[in-house]
Amino acid sequence: MSSSAAMQPQMDLSAFQFIIATVDEQVGVIQLNRPDKLNAISIPLMIELVDCLDWMDKSDDVRCIIITGNEKAFAAGADIEQMAKATTMEMLLLDQFARWDRIRKIHKPIIAAVSGYALGGGCELAMTCDMIVASETAKFGQPEVNIGVIPGAGGTQRLTRAVGKAKAMEIILTGRMVTAEEALQCGLINKVAPVELYLEEAKALAKEIAAKPPIAIRLAKESILKSFDTTIEGGLDFERKAFYLLFASEDKQEGMNAFLEKRKPQFQGR
Amino acid sequence: MANKNYEKLIYQLEANGVLVLTLNRPDKLNSFDDDLSFELIEALKQAEKDKNVRAILLTGAGRGFCAGQDLQSRSVSQSNGTAPHLGDSIRKRYMPIILKLRTIEKPVVCAINGVAAGAGASIAFACDYRFAVEEASFIQAFIKVGLIPDSGACFMLPRLVGLGRAMDLMMTGRKVDAAEALSIGLVNRLCPSDSLMAEAMAFCTSLAEGPTKAFGLLKRAVNKAMDTDIEAYLNYEADLQEIAGRTKDFKEGVSAFTEKRAPVFSGQ
Repeated sequence: MSSSAAMQPQMDLSAFQFIIATVDEQVGVIQLNRPDKLNAISIPLMIELVDCLDWMDKSDDVRCIIITGNEKAFAAGADIEQMAKATTMEMLLLDQFARWDRIRKIHKPIIAAVSGYALGGGCELAMTCDMIVASETAKFGQPEVNIGVIPGAGGTQRLTRAVGKAKAMEIILTGRMVTAEEALQCGLINKVAPVELYLEEAKALAKEIAAKPPIAIRLAKESILKSFDTTIEGGLDFERKAFYLLFASEDKQEGMNAFLEKRKPQFQGR
Repeated sequence: MANKNYEKLIYQLEANGVLVLTLNRPDKLNSFDDDLSFELIEALKQAEKDKNVRAILLTGAGRGFCAGQDLQSRSVSQSNGTAPHLGDSIRKRYMPIILKLRTIEKPVVCAINGVAAGAGASIAFACDYRFAVEEASFIQAFIKVGLIPDSGACFMLPRLVGLGRAMDLMMTGRKVDAAEALSIGLVNRLCPSDSLMAEAMAFCTSLAEGPTKAFGLLKRAVNKAMDTDIEAYLNYEADLQEIAGRTKDFKEGVSAFTEKRAPVFSGQ
């Protein structure tokens, strides 16, 4: 979205401790960076991740965002050491999952590029993203029942919406791991690529989306997410208003003119 | 790197990068009890992780290669009068072996030093290349005890020898001698028993000096080709060649070709 350079928030991308953030060709890449802990999602990591997402959402330099881990692990869940001694009241007052709601409010498309383990909170983080590109070695799962709890960062809701009730029940009640191939078949993920190429595939997808008119992309994402929260009538109404709204954008005029003139459109994000 | 000690398997990594895995229960014709199958799974996992292993040579100690499942071993025994859970036994013991032989990204050569029966034959079929001695024989004995060929035989055998021949071997359970095995493509090369290991080792040495990453990608391509349609396969092939094109070995291979010298591959 266009704003004057002065309005862009400042962010030192090199200051993060638990993530590595880069921006290249309008794609923001956030790599979770606790390799010795299989990228377990600690609270400090989540704080950095959400701060970085907020910044990228506002930055004119970013049109699409990728969250990734490393070859071995996207993220192997929450920090169990942190939770082992926690009491109910401590968990309630800490309310660590509230921070996750902010990811859902990000306007720009987010792609999870997953290799290796995406378990528990890691699987939930991937599902909180808008799309998932996985390596052939990716393994998804919600193993929380194995340690006496259940998914707490949206797993029961998002997995069910992604794969349907029967499959979600089986995956969550057994806590078993799901291979990339199976995840593709059941609609949990978008694409599977060899481990050497999954991040590039995710970047290619991100660049393709980054080349589209940003306001249309933003409203399309919002409309799709709305379908999970509303009746069909409310959703259709929302979609229609968003559609009409886009007729106020310069990019709509450019897109339609370019189509009629048989040339490539130049979108400005206005 | 230290060669790990196994009890019923010999794990010997040679300096040339060839790992020799010897099934070592010669008094039982190297048949699989639970220990041997778990040791072989462990050894293949270890070989997969070890970058110094660039080719694997699988053989048997003594006069046989492998007589298949040890019918006396506890996981298949019917001694307490109830049916054994053969499905569980296959999933836990043979399935990981066959999958690993097919998916490990290094060449796997089998030196069949004698009889290969049942799952012993199936394991030989799952390897990438087969040497056999002139006294070797293959028996898909499963049907004779009322079972179906397992450990991947029904998947691999028709692909190796064609459906007609595979059905013959699997329905009759008859013995295939080494000469027939060579003529139908069930083995790649025959050799006298006193030169089996030398010939197989020479071949493995040349594989170990090869572009290991490309061998791994080649195995991925062949595995994909066996279970998908041509369009999906060709797409996958393009991905794999993209990866191969970025290897040091491809660079070296092209340089060596233009400089008219033999390439020196690092496996990377």
